[in-house]
Formats: sequence, structure tokens, C-alpha cells
Amino acid sequence: MRSGKEPILRKIKDGTIIDHIPAGQALNLLRLMAITGREGFTLALVMNVESRKLGRKDIIKVEGLELKPEDTDKIALIAPMATINVVRNYEVVEKRKAVPPKVVEGALKCRNPNCITNKPNEPIKSKFRTISYNPPKLVCEYCGHVMTHEDIVKQLLSEA
Amino acid sequence: MLRGRDVLTALDLSREDFEEIFAAADEVIARGRSQLNLMRGKIMATAFFEPSTRTRLSFQTAMMRLGGEVIDLGEVEKSSIAKGENLSDTVRMLDAYSDVIVIRHRLEGAAKLAAEVAENPVINAGDGSRNHPTQAMIDLYAIRRFRGGIDGLTIGVMGDLKYGRATNSLIMALTKFEVEKIYLISPPQLKLRQETRELLADSGVEFEEVENLEKVISELDVLYASRIQKERFPDPSEYELVKGSYVITPENLRNAKEDLVILHPLPRVDEIDFRVDSLPCAKYFEQAKLGVPVRMALLKLILGG
Repeated sequence: MRSGKEPILRKIKDGTIIDHIPAGQALNLLRLMAITGREGFTLALVMNVESRKLGRKDIIKVEGLELKPEDTDKIALIAPMATINVVRNYEVVEKRKAVPPKVVEGALKCRNPNCITNKPNEPIKSKFRTISYNPPKLVCEYCGHVMTHEDIVKQLLSEA
Repeated sequence: MLRGRDVLTALDLSREDFEEIFAAADEVIARGRSQLNLMRGKIMATAFFEPSTRTRLSFQTAMMRLGGEVIDLGEVEKSSIAKGENLSDTVRMLDAYSDVIVIRHRLEGAAKLAAEVAENPVINAGDGSRNHPTQAMIDLYAIRRFRGGIDGLTIGVMGDLKYGRATNSLIMALTKFEVEKIYLISPPQLKLRQETRELLADSGVEFEEVENLEKVISELDVLYASRIQKERFPDPSEYELVKGSYVITPENLRNAKEDLVILHPLPRVDEIDFRVDSLPCAKYFEQAKLGVPVRMALLKLILGG
């Protein structure tokens, strides 16, 4: 049995730790990152562990995979305010907070079928403004349609 | 300052913008039909991708009365769109020919796209089911004219609050003023969309959703009626069931305030009984006449005549 002080996950040498993931979102996040487990990375995942900040949280540790800064925005839309730690030689060399971007361009499709951004043959990219960060909520700059966190997660995962 | 600006949604306009338009409309009306040739040499392009009589004609009349000229895209079936040209390219062409584009489109956000493509100002004459900002200008101007002001009033907005772009734009515009309360009167199927409800809540305006006009009629200073479209109901019998509750008759106005003002963006079908037309509260025909002066005022301010 694990004693109270022993860390629940072992340290990794090189890779990424995503901490403070809202409880229950870790599997979604793995899917978004296209990690199936068959890539050969050593991967540790805990869900619904106690957290002082969040009450409950999930944690992912991936050995051998370094997340790029451009991955942060998408991660933030699923796991807002998660902490991304890049580890090299057992040291955290970079810490990023997954804050949803103010403007989300092109990454999502507006759910309103009557939105101009869904019209084929127009040189137009979808564009959303973030109106709430945690949980993320976006509003289409063109038609005013609101995307809830659930809508966003569903869409990002259907494309992942 | 409205000069050079696009007009895409009532939300983009501040109270000061509205007041600037009202003052300019007052001036237009005071001058009567003899307008200076303020827009001489200027061309307005109208591009209506969806049928419209009133809005298109009133914009064209407004421009002509200011001494400007008008070109019109014509019926979509007969234009280049029928050949498969996209909206962006059509707008680019109209932008090259004219000084301002007035657009109506079935799709939401079409006017915004047009504004991104065009160098000259774009005025949204209705796109999708949310935005019809010039109608909101006319409606607020009518309220101000017939009630002496907008602040402090209790206003009932009745009919299709879900898909009606006139009702939605009016509600957005009212958030810029200090109204006493807004009653949202509609059948449950046509209640305000969540987004608009949140917008109202965020603006701090007091509002209440009710299903029955008679319950609130005695409190209203202004009653804004709109058409309930049969095709919005999946089941026609459901429509027949609710439509009677949203018809204004002399009988259900019995408890109304003496100085109540009834407005309607027109066209009406059967939501206002013809017997109401002769009552002093019926202001919708006079409201419709304000379409030209308000649009004249707007063109003047945008084009800087």
C-alpha cells in the first residue's frame, strides 16, 4: 500500500507532465493528443486524485514526448488551466499554463448551420472569441452562436 | 462618430451613436422633402440576397432623397450568383462600383464577411435571425418620438423572440438605454435564445419572460408586436393553439395604459386586429414612415454628407 507521502506517479527523465487537469478529462486529452498507448511512450495517468486547488484532478505523465507550445491552445480548450511541465533530465525546464486563447481561429467549426463560416466556397475561416475561460465558452464572431465546453470537447475529439 | 463605419449589429452601436442618429433624423424630418444634395456623386449599392420590399425601397428612397444614386444587384436568380459566384467576390465587385453597400442575406454573419471584404462601409439590412440594426434604429426612434424618450419605460416585446431578427435587434438596442423593464412575451417554443438572454442579464436590464399578454398589458408603455411564423412550428396544430394568445385586439387592450404605444416592424399578418388600427395607440404605420428619414440620417452620418 502506498504511504501518504510517496508520490503517486514516479518521476520522469524526459517528457511532459500535464497537471491540474479537470477531473475526468485526462482520457479526452490523450485522445486529443492522439496518444493511443501504441506509440511506445511510457505513460502514466491518474484520474480523480485529490487536489488542494481543484478538489479532484487528473494527471498525465508521458515519457519521451515533449509537447510543443502550439499544442497548448487546444489542450486549454479541453483542460483549461492545466499546467504543462516540460521535463528534461528530471528537471522541469518549462512550465506553461493552458489558458484558453482569447481568439480561436480556424480550429473549430461553428455549430450554427446558418452561419456564413459554414458556407462552402467562401474564403473565410471560423473565428471565436472566448467569453468565459473556465470552463471555456466561445462565441462565434460572425453569427453570435455560443459554443459550450461540452460542444468544444465533442468537436475537438470527433476530429482527433 | 459613425463616419466611415460599418453597421453590422445593434450591439456595435453605443447610446451616443443612437442619439447621433436620432438627432440627424430629427433634422431630416424638420427639413421636409427638400433635402440638400448632400450625397451628390455618391452611389449606394443594394444587394438583397433575400426578398425584401420595405427595407430595400426605403434605403433606395433615402439615398435618392439625399441626392445620391443607387445601383441594385437585382434578383439573385438573374445575377452572377446564379452562375455560382461567391458572396465575397460579389461584394468585392459592388465595393468597386459604389461608396456604400447595403446587404441582406439569409446566412448569419454574411454582412460581417462583406464588411471584411469591402473597403467602403457596409450596412446590414438583415442577416440570419439576429441582426437587423437599422430596424432597431427605426424602432427606438419611433419609441423616442411617440413617447418622448426611451429611458424609464416598460416595454413589451411580443412574438417570435427566437428567430425574429427585428425583435432580437430591438432587444440588443434596448440594452444601451435605461429602460425600466422589458417583458418578453412569447409562446415557450419561441422564447429568447440563451445567448440573447445572457446578454440581457449581463446588461443589467430588468426583464421577465411571460407567455400571456393580458397578464402584463396594464404595465406596458410600449408594446412591440411581431409576426409569429407558422413555419416555425413543427406541428401546425400547435401553432393554431398558441396564435390566439398573441393577437392584439381592442378587447385585450382594455386594461392598457391610456398612453400605450403599439409598434410593429411590419408586414403584419393577423397579429394585430384591424380594429386596433384606428385606436390612438396604433403607431405602427407612422413608425414605418420613419424608415426613410432614419436611413437618410444614417447614410448622411456614415458617408459624411
